[in-house]
Amino acid sequence: MTDAIETTNAFDLECHNLIRRYGDFAAVDDVSFGVPQGEFFSILGPSGCGKTTILRMMAGFDRPTSGDITIKGASVINVPPNKRPVNMVFQQLALFPMMTVAENIAYGLVRKGLGKSEIATKVKSALDRIGLPTSGDKNINQLSGGQKQRVAIARCLVLEPAALLLDEPLGALDLKLREHMKVELKKMQDQFGTTFVYITHDQSEALVMSDHVAVMNHGKFEQIGTPQDLYYQPDTAFVAGFVGDTNRWHGRVESMDKDGVKVTSSDGVSLLATPAGSQPLVKGGEVDIFVRPEQVVISTELDRIAHLDNAITGDLMSILFNGANSRALVRDRQTGGELDVALPQTGEFSHLRQGQEIHLGWGMAQAKTFSGTGEIS
Amino acid sequence: MNMQTASRLSLILLLAPLVLWLLVLIILPHVDMFLVSVHEKIAPRVYEYSTANYAAFFTEPLYWNTFMRTAMMSIMATALTLVIGFPVSYYIAKMLRGRFKNFLFLLCLVPFWVSELVRTFGWMILLRESGVISGLLQSLGLASQPIEMLYNDATIMVGLVYTSMLFMVVPLVSTLDSLDDSLVEAGYDLGGNAFTVLRKIIIPHAMPGIVSGCIVVFMLTLGNYLTPVLLGGKDSMWFTQMIYTQFITRFNWELGAAFGFLLLALSSLIVWSGLKLSRQTLTEAVG
Repeated sequence: MTDAIETTNAFDLECHNLIRRYGDFAAVDDVSFGVPQGEFFSILGPSGCGKTTILRMMAGFDRPTSGDITIKGASVINVPPNKRPVNMVFQQLALFPMMTVAENIAYGLVRKGLGKSEIATKVKSALDRIGLPTSGDKNINQLSGGQKQRVAIARCLVLEPAALLLDEPLGALDLKLREHMKVELKKMQDQFGTTFVYITHDQSEALVMSDHVAVMNHGKFEQIGTPQDLYYQPDTAFVAGFVGDTNRWHGRVESMDKDGVKVTSSDGVSLLATPAGSQPLVKGGEVDIFVRPEQVVISTELDRIAHLDNAITGDLMSILFNGANSRALVRDRQTGGELDVALPQTGEFSHLRQGQEIHLGWGMAQAKTFSGTGEIS
Repeated sequence: MNMQTASRLSLILLLAPLVLWLLVLIILPHVDMFLVSVHEKIAPRVYEYSTANYAAFFTEPLYWNTFMRTAMMSIMATALTLVIGFPVSYYIAKMLRGRFKNFLFLLCLVPFWVSELVRTFGWMILLRESGVISGLLQSLGLASQPIEMLYNDATIMVGLVYTSMLFMVVPLVSTLDSLDDSLVEAGYDLGGNAFTVLRKIIIPHAMPGIVSGCIVVFMLTLGNYLTPVLLGGKDSMWFTQMIYTQFITRFNWELGAAFGFLLLALSSLIVWSGLKLSRQTLTEAVG
């Protein structure tokens, strides 16, 4: 990630060593990244991790303690928000209730000093593009949640910003509409070709829509990568735990060789795993092991998993049926720990009953080990 | 007793105090006042119906001029209160958080724990010829002789604005409080400057508060008696003073009552046109 930042010209929007302190607390702690032209870039992190602060600094509502923000190569640190070539879609959308839909879209164009007829044409074409051609004279509160969303985005995109900043705009919508808007947002981004910087705490939003995602925690970027990278090659224990569902053990390194590590978990199971992450493991050091639910092989017969590096026998506690995403919750007989296992879609396991004996297994390569203290940060 | 009569009875009982209050304290006195105003005294204890009192108002320039002057000064005092009160309210509602905000808001209220009479005397102590400010200016060498700062229109205006400030700040703070910060930020983000954000977003949002504050302040100022009389002296020429004179000094209740009705008509007319101009309705402004 650091070497990519050297080639400045390719980026629409860049942050260099951005720091924002409130007293002794660093809300944003030395963050650097670049967003190429036309990309959908997400910052994913739990609430309070500093992602909103980054966005507000980009928009100009907050000032970094140190570091620089450049848009198309020029520093914007001293440019006030109304002069910056970026626009923001607010969490609560912030549509102006005292204006009609058309006036909301025209607001920025009028401020740019465009002619009346030009504004009218642009507003009309924007309304057509968001599928609300006849809603120009409506009041904001006559629109549905999804329509408001589209107006809020169109209001920014008519200004042709260098980048659109989105502050968890889907948070206020109900689940079904949120799923629909994910697809729609991605379509709008393709259609307008604008760079999107999207912040969210919802990993599925980030994974579905983004070209690149930065995972943020405690004011720092843990990892920047494609959604696939984050999911399959997490750099840190936090990323492995935060992105996607996962089973997790905490333990100590028993022995290590070039193929992998042997770990004794805190509840006494011996596990074989592969080292991951940048921090080297040491013998006797504390580690976290992560295994994805879909990488665990489930079987009712012990023979089927005998060839795997790790094997566990447990009792089926419950089936969480959810169509293609059905899961089984299995309790480990030896330790009492619970495991989350994805059920293959062959229908082979539709007959499973609660309390039944289940055998689970997974290869060493699927178990990723990070050195860590066991706190979920 | 069945349910229907029971509920009707409770409705009547609930409404009774309100109806009584309206009837006894507002409608009856006004009806009586109107009857008094359309009478003329032609001999001791002999009265007859006449519109002479209203005619006197329109033919005597002193009455008419005082009336217009009171209206103009009240409109000006209302405008000044708004211009001064708006930034104060904005600061309290939007720039401050938590305890300090409540403290400042309370601070606006503190002067009203003292009666208006005492507050006005306070201004007199400050502003009179032998008062605090005059003495200070002399001791600093900025004035060579005592300065009289009472008994002029500017002083009346200061007193009126001071007295009305709270009634403007309270509705303004409550409407501005409900303005979402992100609307203001969005206004800037989309390219607006401070002036456009104020004109297009903050003022339209605060309009109900502005209108209700202005109505209250205007009514209070127009009907104020103490402040103009004490700070403006004998020549303050305030219409309420004229009503007082007719009732108490001249003992001409008929003319006084006519003046009272004219003041009511004037204030209603001005409030109505103010609402029309600002395209607000009374229910919107009060509700």
